[in-house]
Amino acid sequence: MDKLLQIGHNEKVNRADIPHLPFDTFRRQLLECAAQGGQVVQFFAYDDQGTIKLLAVMRTDKLYVGGCDAPDSFPSLTAESERFHMFEREIGEQYGIKAEGHPWYKMVRYHANCSGKKDVFGNDYRQDIPGNYPYFTVEGETVHEVAVGPVHAGIIEPGHFRFQCCGERVFHLEIQLGYQHRGVEKLLQSVPMKRLPIIAETIAGDTTIGHGLCQAQAIEALAGIQVDEGAKIVRTIALELERIANHIGDMGALSLDVAFNPPAAYFGRIRGDYLNLSQVLGGNRFGRGLVRVGGVTHVMGEEQKKLLHDKLDELTPEVEHVSKLIFFASSVNGRFDHTGTVTTENAEKIGLVGYAGRASGLPYDARISFPTECYKDLPANSNGITNGDVRSRGRVRFHEVIHATRLIYILLDTIIEATPYTPQEVQLPPDSFVVSINEAWRGEVSHCILTDEKGTILRYKVKDPSFHNWTGLALALRDEEISDFPLCNKSFNLSYCGFDL
Amino acid sequence: MLQVIKNRLEQGYRTSKYPKEPINLYKRFRGLPRVNTQCDAAVVKRCADACPQDCIDAKSRRIDLGRCVFCGLCETLSEGKFVTFTQNCEMGTASRDDLFSTGDLPALAEHSKKHFKKLFGRSLQLRQISAAGCNACEADTNVLNTPFWDLARFGILFVASPRHADGIHVTGPISKNMLAATITTYEAIPSPKVVIACGACAISGGPFYGSEDIVGDLNSIIPVDLYIPGCPPHPLAILHALINYFK
Repeated sequence: MDKLLQIGHNEKVNRADIPHLPFDTFRRQLLECAAQGGQVVQFFAYDDQGTIKLLAVMRTDKLYVGGCDAPDSFPSLTAESERFHMFEREIGEQYGIKAEGHPWYKMVRYHANCSGKKDVFGNDYRQDIPGNYPYFTVEGETVHEVAVGPVHAGIIEPGHFRFQCCGERVFHLEIQLGYQHRGVEKLLQSVPMKRLPIIAETIAGDTTIGHGLCQAQAIEALAGIQVDEGAKIVRTIALELERIANHIGDMGALSLDVAFNPPAAYFGRIRGDYLNLSQVLGGNRFGRGLVRVGGVTHVMGEEQKKLLHDKLDELTPEVEHVSKLIFFASSVNGRFDHTGTVTTENAEKIGLVGYAGRASGLPYDARISFPTECYKDLPANSNGITNGDVRSRGRVRFHEVIHATRLIYILLDTIIEATPYTPQEVQLPPDSFVVSINEAWRGEVSHCILTDEKGTILRYKVKDPSFHNWTGLALALRDEEISDFPLCNKSFNLSYCGFDL
Repeated sequence: MLQVIKNRLEQGYRTSKYPKEPINLYKRFRGLPRVNTQCDAAVVKRCADACPQDCIDAKSRRIDLGRCVFCGLCETLSEGKFVTFTQNCEMGTASRDDLFSTGDLPALAEHSKKHFKKLFGRSLQLRQISAAGCNACEADTNVLNTPFWDLARFGILFVASPRHADGIHVTGPISKNMLAATITTYEAIPSPKVVIACGACAISGGPFYGSEDIVGDLNSIIPVDLYIPGCPPHPLAILHALINYFK
């Protein structure tokens, strides 16, 4: 690992300072880092004036970066360490660089690569998704297959799920995404700067603040823009409100999936109340238009503070009561306990993040490891429920709601007010690199920007926590009953659009 | 059991009386923009140039509500002299052209197709197609099923199969990977059927306009009957449009 450069998150790095290694050394360094417990934050290809290069950001308790020229194909890292598996497939799909010996080399989102190289999956994209890919099958007399989607029987995003079952028992779940692919990264690299925040906020609508913050911080770090304390407070509150609203909604949905309707109805409404608090803060239920480079568009005055404070006073006891109703009902626990378990070992192997990781015993929380905004001065959440099952993922979320509420109360009690925001033109510095990390409600969100010699964006890489965690859902379903799929799915509640980009 | 009763008492009855009583949204909420057509041309140009969605036509001084994401930048830049965002959510229209607006929209109820009201006025079953948006439109459509809004009291339901449906409710800019599924779902619905484009993406591509991976305009592949602008539309905007167009 000694050949990788240690960097900070939200820190401008000169591209010339990033170690440019021979591929073999690069590969060995990444594997060495992974062997010491390092996880992948970013690992992607980019086109630098006709040369395709690779770049990786790894995390232990610190961040490390390194790069190399991309060979036409390379011996897969996944064969030695599973945590690279998605990233290698993505590199193949986006730039046509093949990972040889990858144990399950299939497309990620199903689109042509941007380098003009021969398609590594042998598709010409005249056929609809999944092209020439034969789905994984299990053969045997009693084996049957259940295929669901892409259009689902509710108001949810599209994705295709294939269950290989024996009776009710699921041997394997294959998840095919890509239906939401709308070319986010390509847009971010090609459109005028003024469009960037709008696109960032719609990478995953339920993570508007998470992605919006990552982008704003990355650009602020590159351009050397300072954000005042008042704006940081508003940003932190917005991120925590987003966390609470989503967790509450999902706890309600978990309850609905075991046919316990009253808590689902209550939490459905209460979630709306939290969304309305985001609307009080910035004029939109999802936090759209609030976070911008340089600060926040809306100042939090006494009036908004009081509205937030009073509503939290009203909602918090209700949240506690309804949660008690769910988590202490034996009929609910009968379904939640020991269902959809992801062991710590597997979670570590595939690099689960967020509450799914914490429920499986990986304590990583970017708010503590790589604090941004106000998190450095705020108390951390501790999590003691690490069985890795549906109940753990549910309970972790309840504790996070209570913790997030506490954080908002602390922030509401500080008296610093943000200075009003003025929109500003931003010029990015040439030949620079930055990686930003935030703990959004689902887990680690990371944006990475590389600029060229003129200071225009050469590569914009986005990673939603769902990129790691979808594999977790597939593992959770192994040997489970197919009827528990909705429950397992909801306990993760992953983003299709955040994955598909 | 006691817990269930205790919670039931605490929660009480929370369904809104809308549409009999209006729902007032907080003053910061950005709904239908009102344009001052007399505004200084330099200010208008500044707003049009800065608009991330390029949805302001400086010449006619109209905003394309089908592409606007209601970010509020034009209001900030013009200090309210060119554009002010009202708290009015009533933005559904029956025609795409009506969405090029200075803040006056035709009354939706009068422009709805009369035979639709007769056919679907008492019962409307919709199939949702999510086609590559960001899931915010979906989230705020889902909210209509919570007790506060209680969509079912109007006889409107989202159903689990196109075979049960009277129409489709589409969100997202329709990625190439969702094109076939969108058309297949539409075709699976028995006629007569309605098509609703919900949110900026389905109407114009929204934040993703210009991407080569999307269709970007639902109407170019399936004729749209009802447009609901917003990014995402507030639940009240969706509810208002559905009630006025069909009831």
